[in-house]
Amino acid sequence: MYDVIIIGAGIIGTAIARELSKYQIKTIIVDKENDIANGTTKANSAIVHAGYDAKRGTLKAETNVAGNAMYEDLCNELGVPFRRIGSFVVGFNEEDMSTLNELYQEGVDNGVPNLKILNKKQVKEMEPNLSDEIMGALYAPSAGIVGPWELAIALAENAAENGVEILLNTSVTAIEKNEEGFLVTAGDQRLKTKYIINCAGLFADEINNMVNTPSFKILPHRGEYNLFDKSVGDYVKRVIFQTPTKHGKGVLVLPTVHGNLLIGPTSDFIDDPEATETTKEGLQSLKEKTNSVVPNFPFHTVITSFAGLRAKVATNDFFIEESKESKGFINVAAIDSPGLSAAPAIGEMVTKLLFGIAGGFDLNLSFNPTRRPNINFMVLSDEEKAELIQRDPRYGRVICRCESVTEGEIVDIINRKAGATNLDAIKRRARAGAGRCQGGFCGPRVMEILARELNVDITSIVKDSKESYILTGPTKSNKNQEHSSQLVAVSLDN
Amino acid sequence: MISYEVVIIGGGPAGLAAAIEAKNNGVNNILVIERDRELGGILQQCIHNGFGLHVFKEELTGPEYAERFIDELKKQGIEYKLDTMVLDITEDRQVSMINTLDGFLKVEAKAVILAMGCRERTRGAINIPGTRASGIFTAGTAQRFANMEGYMVGKDVVILGSGDIGLIMARRMTLEGAKVHAVVELLPFSGGLTRNIVQCLDDFEIPLLLSHTVTNIIGKDRVEEIEIAQVDEKRRPIPGTEERFKCDTLLLSVGLIPENELSKSAGIELDPITGGPVVNESMETSIEGIFACGNVVHVHDLVDWVTEESRRAGKNAAKYVRNQLVSKVEPIVTIAGKGVRYIVPQQIRIKNVEGKLDLMLRVDNVYHGAKLIIAENDRLIKSIKKSHLAPGEMESITLSAKDLEGITGKEITVALQVEEV
Repeated sequence: MYDVIIIGAGIIGTAIARELSKYQIKTIIVDKENDIANGTTKANSAIVHAGYDAKRGTLKAETNVAGNAMYEDLCNELGVPFRRIGSFVVGFNEEDMSTLNELYQEGVDNGVPNLKILNKKQVKEMEPNLSDEIMGALYAPSAGIVGPWELAIALAENAAENGVEILLNTSVTAIEKNEEGFLVTAGDQRLKTKYIINCAGLFADEINNMVNTPSFKILPHRGEYNLFDKSVGDYVKRVIFQTPTKHGKGVLVLPTVHGNLLIGPTSDFIDDPEATETTKEGLQSLKEKTNSVVPNFPFHTVITSFAGLRAKVATNDFFIEESKESKGFINVAAIDSPGLSAAPAIGEMVTKLLFGIAGGFDLNLSFNPTRRPNINFMVLSDEEKAELIQRDPRYGRVICRCESVTEGEIVDIINRKAGATNLDAIKRRARAGAGRCQGGFCGPRVMEILARELNVDITSIVKDSKESYILTGPTKSNKNQEHSSQLVAVSLDN
Repeated sequence: MISYEVVIIGGGPAGLAAAIEAKNNGVNNILVIERDRELGGILQQCIHNGFGLHVFKEELTGPEYAERFIDELKKQGIEYKLDTMVLDITEDRQVSMINTLDGFLKVEAKAVILAMGCRERTRGAINIPGTRASGIFTAGTAQRFANMEGYMVGKDVVILGSGDIGLIMARRMTLEGAKVHAVVELLPFSGGLTRNIVQCLDDFEIPLLLSHTVTNIIGKDRVEEIEIAQVDEKRRPIPGTEERFKCDTLLLSVGLIPENELSKSAGIELDPITGGPVVNESMETSIEGIFACGNVVHVHDLVDWVTEESRRAGKNAAKYVRNQLVSKVEPIVTIAGKGVRYIVPQQIRIKNVEGKLDLMLRVDNVYHGAKLIIAENDRLIKSIKKSHLAPGEMESITLSAKDLEGITGKEITVALQVEEV
């Protein structure tokens, strides 16, 4: 019998799980995917918003500014990359500037610190590559950038270190109410729990409807992005937004915590909650919108494109409340932008909500807030490198050349709690395959290491989802070899 | 710090030939650094034959070609390190590296030869829309899986790009029982060698669709379908010409890029067209004592030319070590004129040329019955008739000592004169 089942291992589910692990609460996270952060969390703008654009009184306004303020400490504890680089919203004309003044006022009301309106000269001094047509900008120094999946993985790992169970590759297919709470059918298991926290992202309505009458509908919103090589990673130094107009929000241009440059997202309502493909039209519109703010943008350095889906609802606010029909069933749904920024605050808010329902839990006295950070071999000094290889020679073998990732780092992230089991999981945790060759060289080597560490056949290693197989079988000569070695084994047995 | 006379970064065909040639020219203290588990580079995965026609006057497979150099390297007692990654090269030729045996190691060298080769362009670099399903590989990765690891990456295949690796893999996949539906090429001509089009596509009745491109990738987990379309003269897909192939794999052979991250961090000047270091007649880069050769300088189509170029680098590195290379002299610049994409070397210091000098170049389109004109301003130095020129086939022009002596100014131009279209 669990106290809490969290459905969904994205940034919200993991933030809540880690918060709950501070108390004596028997918690399990269940997710249908084979890794943490495999939905919306793995494909978004990776921004910690300052919080000036949410309307006062909304949950978004309440949790964004509060969540933003929690980021330094949280990322320090968990060893996750976070940089408070600030953001600009740039305006091109009087109308834009008046919108920026409104945003400024909203930001002040929401409690956003140190907002400033800058003139053209100030903007160009700080960001010389922006367009000469820019008239001014709203500057929010508290905005930041973060590795979203790194944060979710670190939250999950830390939660697991503190006693939370994690069940991946398992779909929740049915929920029944009973006297003690709920009976959840997850894969071929039947899990009993007192409380359920629904953080199922794009599928939150489906999960809710398993036990409640439909009360909200998730509207998937697709955003397409382009990622550029590290050689142009400092083309802009802050998060650059365009002033929202009746024609739309424009696109962002920003550096990532990994040193790449990112542009996006487009914004399209779609029906299919799994339609994460990019489109010709989408990628084209990114280009046009980026050019208007950053002329001479180095498009030729593109290394990849991707799309992510955001879960919106019609009210356009987060939906966080206990179900009116099912006591102990908490929906944490419709967490679109600024969900990443708000996540730490949502973790606390939902914990309070649960305390209100359950009447409180004892502290987990052995709770350890810190997580051993991933080793990043290449940023170590020469002496530290030498020392580390001496301790473990696997740090002396570079597997991914583009991002300079060693075998030691890859083995480490496979063998952690909530560890990597597939190629993209390695890429997200250690960046092997995330560079300019996109895994062309290191893919075969990483698969070999995965197969060895997980003790499985190399043909069972997938790229990402369960069915995303990579190899279709041995070549003819390899098959013959295996056949002949089997024959040898048989004859030896005899 | 341990010091060497010549340190060579890369143990593929370029590094091997450069090392042996440096040794043959009297350098005894050489180190070859290879990041893979064996010497030979990409040759080890090229199990087809066709290598060595120029250098050995016989047809060898990739591993056989590599073996001749590896055997010679070992016979000569040249030191090499495997499974070793160079992390940094400095302007004063200190080389930092790591491996599992030595740990972190820094050595200094009188001369460094860069021979890191190239990498393949990816799906991301050409920005094909669609899903991020598995089943999309560069042709070279598929080749490594098949020939080195012993695994197939797919059963029903579409190949984008008719570069040589794409053509070779069309045949290899077919021989392994896969169905190759088509090779799709954006340009109106193939970038591969003619012999590969005949032997790898025509012989297996694999269609080559010129002026076509991939416009969409369909499939949630694994590739399920590939959409292609015809393109217009400006290489834009023509609406209404879309066609879909049911398949599980897309192989990409859409170009190779010299791998110059180390060169960049050392501050070496790169040529924006070749993507490799700007080099002079001695294959020396913009930093004195740092040489470069092979695909790290410009992408070659035949390994034989890599060998020749690398021998030149090895020989000149040896001269440099013995202080026999003249450096304090203003070089002549080679300019790519009309119809010519690039020329290697980009600079010539005539005093260092022994006898003759080969200029390597690529043209920008397919031409028939054209002339390559080498001139200094209006003065013709040499003119060579060519019945057929294509971007996929590298051209070489030999300038004799006499040709070179006549040059008085600061630049020469190589341009194309088209007589008939």
